[in-house]
Amino acid sequence: MGVPAGELLPSVDPVHRSRWKMKNKHKLFFMAFPFLVVTFIFYYLPISGWIYAFYDFIPGIPLSDTPYVGLKWFKTIVSNPTQTAEVLRVLKNTLAMSSLGLITSIFPVIFAIMLTEIKSGWYRKLVQTLTTIPNFISWILVYALAFSLFSVDNGVITHILVQLGVVDEGYNFLASSSNIWVTMIVWYWWKSLGWGAILYLAAIAGIDQELYEAVEVDGASRFRKIWHITIPGLIPTFFVLLLLSIGNLVNNGMEQYFAFQNAMNKDSIEVLDLYVYNIAFANNFPFATAVSMLKSVVSVILLFAANTLSKMVRDESII
Amino acid sequence: MRKKKLTAGELIFQIMIYTLFGLFTLSCIYPFYYLFINTISSNDLSAAGDIKFYPRQIHFDNYSKVLRISGLGHAATVSVYRTVVGTLLTVGSSAFLGYLFTKKEMWGRSIWYRSVVVTMYFSAGLIPWYITMHNLHLTNNYLAYILPTIITPFNIILVKTFVEAIPPSLEESASMDGAGYMRVFWSIIVPLTTPILATITIFSAVNQWNSFIDTAFLMTDTKYFTLQFLLWRYLNESSSLAALIRNSPDMAASVANMQTPTSVRMTVTMIVVLPILIVYPFFQRFFVKGIMIGAVKG
Repeated sequence: MGVPAGELLPSVDPVHRSRWKMKNKHKLFFMAFPFLVVTFIFYYLPISGWIYAFYDFIPGIPLSDTPYVGLKWFKTIVSNPTQTAEVLRVLKNTLAMSSLGLITSIFPVIFAIMLTEIKSGWYRKLVQTLTTIPNFISWILVYALAFSLFSVDNGVITHILVQLGVVDEGYNFLASSSNIWVTMIVWYWWKSLGWGAILYLAAIAGIDQELYEAVEVDGASRFRKIWHITIPGLIPTFFVLLLLSIGNLVNNGMEQYFAFQNAMNKDSIEVLDLYVYNIAFANNFPFATAVSMLKSVVSVILLFAANTLSKMVRDESII
Repeated sequence: MRKKKLTAGELIFQIMIYTLFGLFTLSCIYPFYYLFINTISSNDLSAAGDIKFYPRQIHFDNYSKVLRISGLGHAATVSVYRTVVGTLLTVGSSAFLGYLFTKKEMWGRSIWYRSVVVTMYFSAGLIPWYITMHNLHLTNNYLAYILPTIITPFNIILVKTFVEAIPPSLEESASMDGAGYMRVFWSIIVPLTTPILATITIFSAVNQWNSFIDTAFLMTDTKYFTLQFLLWRYLNESSSLAALIRNSPDMAASVANMQTPTSVRMTVTMIVVLPILIVYPFFQRFFVKGIMIGAVKG
């Protein structure tokens, strides 16, 4: 609207075209409208619930009967030393596991490059098919598998390790707090490595074969081909994914940690989302809301920071 | 060129990557195999940790007993129902909305598109979400499994990018012949986007099948419980469950083959995993193609 139709479409029949466009402009919007309503209801409407962070809300009592307390719950995060320590502990866990994830996000790249180096076609296919399977089972199931393999009484891995003398009888991997960050990242990659490599495999398949032939003529070794052609070809994909994950730094979900948490490892496994869940279950609704509110604000700031960075580095925005 | 002899260094490199991939592949698949051979072996041997590489004294009692636990069959129906209906709706709406978002002439397109995409990055949080779902009467309601999945931003991005890669002349010639948006969508877009739609189908089916948190929060009535949720409960309560199976009169087990907490837990796990393992190979070939075109350009 506003722009003369002739300027937009200098075609044979500008008046007719512009009328057609005008009609469809709103028609298309009305076709999309029901879906936009659903988006509003399930993603934007819940934000109105942030209001609970400003009340002394107790489940069961209507909001109108509960006292307005302003920023009280936000202040407790900084003014109450025990609370501050708790939040810092959880924040430390969250950032530690997210950063481990970021640092190791190079794994799928290595996986993909090495896989394409395998000469036997059937072996490559087999590896690719079987390693993506764990991605498709839930964390509850991963935990169930971990439990069967590592439980103290009859886990097969525990048995083998005891027989080899690596660990003492009765060492409980799943209930131990030490190394839990590393354990979690190992399970994470067990579940998602094969799947994460698919994107890079696709990117490698998209690299122009002539480039390889050209350097082959120059007598480039296998290593040089990887270094000068494959890796530069993968960098754009890697960058997009890296930037996307920066936006999710404080947002690492809870299912994995929920499935693996127990009384012994709780201190080091509790990430922000799980912490919110746990205090919500202790019926402290306003405080849980306040924490998740701050979390969302930080996420959005990180997302925009990553977006700006992306515009600067790659001249392309991610949202 | 191809037949070039391998140098010693390259040979070592090849052996190394074959071994590494072999080990990792084994680690991905062995847990499932381990579970399976344990559930069909004698429970005594299994409890002693004697079943490691192959099944012994094969029997299917565990399955026939566990499948008869009351509630499990119903939970399976709920899981299948939400997977089928939820997936159909998610795929349909992702395809349609993704297609609509490629139309530059839509009123306010970029605003709507962005407002859908940013929802990948923020959420109101658990409590506001729960309270909203409660106010919408979506607690103890099947619709709670279906409606929120209609808009899945990631899927919509995938479809939009995929459709944008289709030559515009195809659509143009169809609309010259008088086809409206719906007609173009059904006759041109849907057939051409099959790889990406297949990918979304398996994503969304797996998500639905694996969903667990929504049941834990929203459902208190047992008739809405899913397999995944029961599995979680059984993981915590399997000793009492095993006792229940042992003591129920119509299920009197032979003394040699008592159901142990571990055997029950493993069997339930296997029952939840199996559908995915069976369906997976049929869809696997679509992934690379679908993901490649959809996601890289974001």
